[in-house]
Amino acid sequence: MRKYNTKKLASLAICIAIAMILSYLESLLPLSFTVPGIKIGLANIAIIFILYKFGWKEAAVVSLLRILWLAVLFGNGMTLIYSICGAVLSLTGMALLKKFNLLSEIGVSVTGGVLHNVGQIVAAMLLLDTAQIAYYLPVLILSGTGAGIVIGVIASILINRIHVT
Amino acid sequence: MESLNTKRKNDLILIAGLILAAMLVSAILFFTRQTGGKVAVIQDGKQIAEYGLNKNQSITIPAPNGGENTFIIADGTVKMTDANCPDKLCVHQPEISYNGQTIVCLPHKLVLKIISEENPEVDVTV
Repeated sequence: MRKYNTKKLASLAICIAIAMILSYLESLLPLSFTVPGIKIGLANIAIIFILYKFGWKEAAVVSLLRILWLAVLFGNGMTLIYSICGAVLSLTGMALLKKFNLLSEIGVSVTGGVLHNVGQIVAAMLLLDTAQIAYYLPVLILSGTGAGIVIGVIASILINRIHVT
Repeated sequence: MESLNTKRKNDLILIAGLILAAMLVSAILFFTRQTGGKVAVIQDGKQIAEYGLNKNQSITIPAPNGGENTFIIADGTVKMTDANCPDKLCVHQPEISYNGQTIVCLPHKLVLKIISEENPEVDVTV
């Protein structure tokens, strides 16, 4: 029988809290650039950390719970759909790349950042029935790459220094 | 297990690839753009109105959920000037004047899209 791991449960709960705080901090920053969907994705630090320390299932659970709780606390139904689309695509890409083990944390983070933006755009395309939002794609790819590098560097430092038993 | 250096190199290739892809998409969009003739107002996926770009005016579009967006047409360009949504992302979006360019207000499910004068129905998806 699999033993219920209290320590892991507590660690993951802390990670959810950290991810939520990071999302909240980010919402306080006046970063509403010209294009909807541009984000630094601070919460991705926590998600990548979990991905490397625990695994993709744990990362998926934390990511989903973070989004749901944020929606309950601050958001609305519309943003929830965009967030989930972005998160699912982003997490799938990151988990696959980590499995193939060809990139460092930075490359994984960049992929996650870009896919998160692309996922939101795809959701917007479907919901608004407008293929022309693809106009934002170049900006979103670039911003996702830039943010992904920063997040990846931070996450890799944390992964190397914090030891979870 | 790949070495860290190999991974770093792969990272760089990925980043360079993404930047190239972004530039390529921008270039394609830039060189294929055409000045539009009309602006279509699309609400919740349905086109509810269209206005010619040659007449300067200010238009307010109410949203079913109590929202309101105001945009102006001036010298062939369209710009969102006011909205009562919380984030005001649409107001910060740059003015549009080329075919296919859009201003999107996600909270009000509103899209302003430049369409050509000749065949307006070609851009309206069902």
